[in-house]
Amino acid sequence: MLEAVFYVFAAVAVVTASMCILSRSAMSAVLWLTATMLSLAALYVLLSAEFIAAIQVLVYAGAVMVLFLFVVMLLNLGQATTDMRGPAALATTIVIAGLLAIQLFALWSYTPARLASEVAQAPQLSDPATLFAAGQIARDEAVSRGVVGAVAVPLFQVYLVPFEITSVLLLAAIVGAVVLAKRRL
Amino acid sequence: MTDGMALLGPALGLSAILFSIGVAGVLLRRNVIVLFVCIELMLNAVNLSFVALAQLHGASGQVMVFFVMTVAAAEAAVGLAIILAIFRHHQSVDLQNINLLRG
Repeated sequence: MLEAVFYVFAAVAVVTASMCILSRSAMSAVLWLTATMLSLAALYVLLSAEFIAAIQVLVYAGAVMVLFLFVVMLLNLGQATTDMRGPAALATTIVIAGLLAIQLFALWSYTPARLASEVAQAPQLSDPATLFAAGQIARDEAVSRGVVGAVAVPLFQVYLVPFEITSVLLLAAIVGAVVLAKRRL
Repeated sequence: MTDGMALLGPALGLSAILFSIGVAGVLLRRNVIVLFVCIELMLNAVNLSFVALAQLHGASGQVMVFFVMTVAAAEAAVGLAIILAIFRHHQSVDLQNINLLRG
């Protein structure tokens, strides 16, 4: 049952992503990408990351895509003409993306059992017992603290410094965006 | 809650497909905005593999997704501002017309 739902949303994600790169106008590309992001949010729920799914809908499908749509409408591009590159670029694309897909697609056969055996063969990576214990502890924590608490505890304890640096990054991005987009300061 | 563990392989495979689609889009299109959309697609594909592996390694993977989303939002804001500035200068978002660095 769970797998059937997964494959439905995976198919939606692949189809909408393909439409996104094939659609003629920038407007429909952005809207197709929004559909991809919403189906990815559904997949996150299936992978027991409910908080990330909510953030995906709010931040990505909401805020970032609205920003894209604003810019597309602001530019007023008019009638869409095709902007595909020529046949040489198409051939290069098929070769490069195909090779990449073949290489990465080997990950499909990845299972927790195979990961455990690989970790056992290379013990310097981590002790498999503690590796899988971490996941179990996280699941127990999600039950006891709720899905937000399970993410908040490592975020504010282990990754506190990166979290604070992120706020500086966001400030720099705000200032940079205003300076770049404003006609005359 | 452990049911999702069986989806580890398929989730990583889907992430591979989505990333390749994003790469194909970047190589194939000339519209700067569509290029940006494809970059967001690649970031999302990586997020999916982070979430899939977070089932094994605890919530640290989900924290990484959090950071990736923040960086992507900042990147989108700055990048779209750059696109606006370029459009004002060249009256076009086609990469064929934006070849100033080529001389």
